[in-house]
Amino acid sequence: MKMSGAQMVCEALIREGVKTVFGYPGGAIMNVYDEIYKQNGFEHILNRHEQASVHAADGYARATGEVGVAMVTSGPGFTNAVTGLATAYLDSTPLVVISGQVPLALIGTDAFQEVDAVGISRPCTKHNYLVKSLEELPRILKEAFYIARSGRPGPVHVDIPKDITAEIGTFVYPEEISIATYRPNYKGNDRQIKKAAEAIRKARKPLLYIGGGVVLSNASGLVREFVLKTQIPVVETLMARGVMGAGNPLLLGMLGMHGNYASNMAMSETDLVISLGARFDDRVTGKLSEFAKYAEIIHVDIDPANIGKLVNVDYPIVGDVATVVGKILTELGDINTDRYQAWREILKRYDELHPLTYHKSDEVIKPQWVMERIGELVGRDAIITSDVGQHQMWAAQFYPFDRARQWINSGGLGTMGFGFPAALGAKKGHPEKTVINITGDGSILMNMQELVTASEYKIPVINVIINNHFLGMVRQWQTFFYDKRYSETDLSFQPNFKALAEACGGIGYDVTTKEEFDRALKDAIVQDKVCFMNVAIDRLENVLPMVPAGGALYNMLLEHKDK
Amino acid sequence: MQKVRRVISVIVMNESSVLARVSGLFAGRGYNIESLTVAPIPGSELSHITIVTKGSPQVIEQIIKQLHKLVPTFKVIEHEEMIEKEMVMVKFPIEENLSDIQALCGAYNGGIVNVGVDMVIAMAADEPMRIGHFIEAAQRFNPSEVVRGGVVAIER
Repeated sequence: MKMSGAQMVCEALIREGVKTVFGYPGGAIMNVYDEIYKQNGFEHILNRHEQASVHAADGYARATGEVGVAMVTSGPGFTNAVTGLATAYLDSTPLVVISGQVPLALIGTDAFQEVDAVGISRPCTKHNYLVKSLEELPRILKEAFYIARSGRPGPVHVDIPKDITAEIGTFVYPEEISIATYRPNYKGNDRQIKKAAEAIRKARKPLLYIGGGVVLSNASGLVREFVLKTQIPVVETLMARGVMGAGNPLLLGMLGMHGNYASNMAMSETDLVISLGARFDDRVTGKLSEFAKYAEIIHVDIDPANIGKLVNVDYPIVGDVATVVGKILTELGDINTDRYQAWREILKRYDELHPLTYHKSDEVIKPQWVMERIGELVGRDAIITSDVGQHQMWAAQFYPFDRARQWINSGGLGTMGFGFPAALGAKKGHPEKTVINITGDGSILMNMQELVTASEYKIPVINVIINNHFLGMVRQWQTFFYDKRYSETDLSFQPNFKALAEACGGIGYDVTTKEEFDRALKDAIVQDKVCFMNVAIDRLENVLPMVPAGGALYNMLLEHKDK
Repeated sequence: MQKVRRVISVIVMNESSVLARVSGLFAGRGYNIESLTVAPIPGSELSHITIVTKGSPQVIEQIIKQLHKLVPTFKVIEHEEMIEKEMVMVKFPIEENLSDIQALCGAYNGGIVNVGVDMVIAMAADEPMRIGHFIEAAQRFNPSEVVRGGVVAIER
């Protein structure tokens, strides 16, 4: 079939089953946009900033498990997209990001809107391509999708010079793909799996440590089955919230810098860590030499480079979490769960000693109350996205997450401005679900132009702004560690959030009491418009417990004298 | 942690930007490169990159895993039982004692390879450590330029 490079791009997207593309046109990508105009195989959403396009594709991918697609032009269009690529890379989201490039003959001449895009994206993508001829374009697009979704998923960037999208050639789209140098291992080594099962049988104080890999591998059901059968207690990382489901009696909570007491003590005292799709991030481990000091470690990860990167591992298993957990379950057979009874009781006492809680108030709105209340009002069906900061941690601690892919946040890169566009993407992927972005008065301004996108395309997401007139997390560190020198964190000067939302075709609510909160949220849920709920919260509330950066997990600040 | 010297061969697809991926990995993750050589493998679509690096055993393990992870990487070999060679070229003023230079080069698998109006060029090819000795010994002939080629290695 003869067609232009631009048609090939559209045709490839359609064959990959892409329903929604997020993007922003410009000179170097215009040929492709001309074809987008003519086709009706997928919808295009015009975000108002390229960063938001990539975050929206990211939110779409995380909510649905499909590959997210974003399209941008060369130069500034591409550099705006870089934060989105890096965000997706650190959280292993499958994305294909297509950028226009100046014509081949102009590459290297400092042409208008030219930048070395593949040079910039190389360290923040799983793989990238600069297309050098029309002939290789279909294969590269096929490979891009394959690489993005297979193995440890990640973003793939394809940079296409403008003359290639104009050129006419024969379109041959490969049905199957095989890359000799790229062979992810899903199965896991059977001998190691046998040994790991043996270690589980012998342990007295085993602990399941589960991360975002469980979500990516769609292994939530299997992990729940594993826990049910073995009665081994579980801690979740920030990225795994929802996998076990709130209220699961064996879920201790989230561990790490803002983990609860029982979770962090469990990690400090366990004799066997069973790590599934988690990567021992510094926000999780605290001081490495004190982390899981008394434990042997089983580490299941599809990326061999994660194994042994930060901690020494006794039972390395390279493979897909779902596959490997299935095999361990078979290998374990019937297991005597009484063996871990004493351990479960110790952990229960830890949780009773210092449960995850906060000082409740009827005078002011406590942010933790907001999280619990949203959970009560929208329940298990909602999708919750978040930005980055205190509100993110309160959401992770107090929202009653019930299932995998319900919680979407930038855990690895910690990108402020992620939540709103990610919510748009999630809502496009699941129009039937209520989508709420929990954000802060700092974060929301970093992609507030998306109010216009949301209004134009009638994507009714709810932004709950946890407003303390501070860059709260930095302010908290300044309170704790910088003698309250609040350098550049006081956001007392504020926009009129309600009017801002209304100016862009949305709805705004100012909320200062619990009653107003309930009324506003109930109203927002039934509206078909994007909303800003500007919620004034207790200004100096801190996120606790807290393990100071570099400290041992068992040394948590449980209270702070200033609050 | 004790730093060890390691010679690593990386067999990669011979495609544009593959060297940037490898060297960028070292730069971005703060790994050390002592030398790096690259050339296509005859009769194939592959290239052979030889890297000499230094690091703790944990860092070396990470380097190897991260190299493996690059999509165009076909194979990574951490050399243990290997033959290592390096070559060097040195420019001397023509006034120096040419027969002494010839003799020195002879001891290091080399010789004089070019004679010009006012200078001679000599080369040597030997184990990297011996190349170091050669360069030291050559100092007495007032070399005006020394170019080392980087290490290549092959598993025995």
